[in-house]
Amino acid sequence: MTPVLSIQGLSKTYGDGTVALDAVDLAVERGEIFALLGPNGAGKSTLINIVCGLVRPSGGTVEVQGHDIARDWRRARRHLGLVPQELVGEAFETVWGSLVYSRGLYGKAPDPGHLERLLRDLALWDKRRTPVFALSGGMKRRVMIAKALAHQPTVLFLDEPTAGVDVALRRSTWTLVERLRDQGVTVILTTHYLAEAEALADRIGIIDHGRLLLVERTADLMAKLGRKELIVQLERPLAALPEALAELPVGLTDDGHALVYRYDVAHEHGLIAEFLRRLDRAGIVFTDLKTRQRSLEDIFVELVEGAR
Amino acid sequence: MNWRSAATIYRFEIARAARTPLQSVLSPVLSASLYFIVFGSAMAGRLEAIDGVPYGAFIVPGLVMLTVLVESVANASFGIYLPRFTGTIYEVLSAPIGALEILAGYVGAAATKSIVLGGLVLLTAAFFVDYPVAHPLWAALWLVVSALTFSLLGFVIGVWSKSWEQLQLVPYLVVMPLTFLGGTFYDLDVLRPPWRDAALFNPAVYLIDGFRTAFFGRGDLPPAACAAVLAGLCAGLLALAVWMIRSGYRLKP
Repeated sequence: MTPVLSIQGLSKTYGDGTVALDAVDLAVERGEIFALLGPNGAGKSTLINIVCGLVRPSGGTVEVQGHDIARDWRRARRHLGLVPQELVGEAFETVWGSLVYSRGLYGKAPDPGHLERLLRDLALWDKRRTPVFALSGGMKRRVMIAKALAHQPTVLFLDEPTAGVDVALRRSTWTLVERLRDQGVTVILTTHYLAEAEALADRIGIIDHGRLLLVERTADLMAKLGRKELIVQLERPLAALPEALAELPVGLTDDGHALVYRYDVAHEHGLIAEFLRRLDRAGIVFTDLKTRQRSLEDIFVELVEGAR
Repeated sequence: MNWRSAATIYRFEIARAARTPLQSVLSPVLSASLYFIVFGSAMAGRLEAIDGVPYGAFIVPGLVMLTVLVESVANASFGIYLPRFTGTIYEVLSAPIGALEILAGYVGAAATKSIVLGGLVLLTAAFFVDYPVAHPLWAALWLVVSALTFSLLGFVIGVWSKSWEQLQLVPYLVVMPLTFLGGTFYDLDVLRPPWRDAALFNPAVYLIDGFRTAFFGRGDLPPAACAAVLAGLCAGLLALAVWMIRSGYRLKP
């Protein structure tokens, strides 16, 4: 199946010499939610902006639904919707007028029914006659999402869609994204909230210094890299790791109050039992046991720091 | 051509002007009216007729052209600079719209506004002075092409400008002085050498003289030369504006 978005060897060097993208290859399938993670200045927005025609690439090719964004840009752009990072909009235009404008720019015939459904879905219908400047920050964010969907794109880019919004709006944005996916829309989002990517994305890409470090299915990534930890709270602190535990993947916390046993669920094969038996034989008494899943945040930090 | 997209930009720009009628219409019409009150009525009796045309009537084409040129540049430069400044230009640049559609929307709207203003100034003049229009179609065509040409200049300035100060620089420090010195208030023949020869390098001279010829049936310069200057300016500015959009000059990093 042809990917909805195909990026090959994409690079961008700005006029001041900053390398924002360095030979990025990426393919996104139809109907998936793809999260692009990376620290500030990693190249996330540059990648999105090149695909949407806002930044000129220095090299490489991008195809949207099989249409090259340089040679066949009109057809390519018809499929794309963009919600940029910054809250921007024609302040004195009404919410309804803003949506009519956005749809018209794409050369689409007026469809008041579609715009009404959008505004109702985003809880903006009551505000349709309100000028954009009179809306709250959260409402402006929703207006921008509605504007991006006004022309019914098949690929939606959300650049930091939940940055600076409250928990309720973040949750409703997630619901909207999942509903769009159910309708066959491909969603590509950038986010700083790793929990958001973990909860929402089918696949995750991690980018830093313009290089795509990893692209994995979220579930595979968590299974492969999301190791677990068994934390054993000790009755009395230890000064050093006992000899009996030296062969095992065990560490002692700095204060000596806990032992941390790191393991991979898929390859555990009874080693936890062996660890506990050795504790017993060594006469080490513990007061509590708990396990912790390594989060996407841990994986992200490890990958980004490892690449530097 | 994606005409629906162009029409969308056009309507949006016209609606923006309609939201501020005092600033968009009343202010320039009032300014022009003051010229007619001072030069057309109060001082007309003390000023000599030029080639048989009463002074009050003589300045009508120049004042209409002054309004059209200055307003075209101001409207078009503001129209494209504002979305650049606020960031909303991303919508236009990411949509499937080509250079000609973008220009049709922004430049068409700016030219429409200044043509309406030019018409209002012409109507206002009728309250103060009597003036003939020897060639109405020529006058209308001249007004439209001049408005489009200077709206293209405004668009170019709006894309080139990096600040509000730069945006104001060309319309008020270049276009307005050139129009004032281009024969709005006087006949070219009153200038002595070398000023008359120098004036021929001012494109506004050709625009005002061509427009005046449409009113009074005669001018200082050959109509063909005036038309060639206007057509050349229009073509040159159109090519420059199209290049700016297609290359992404100051629009796309």
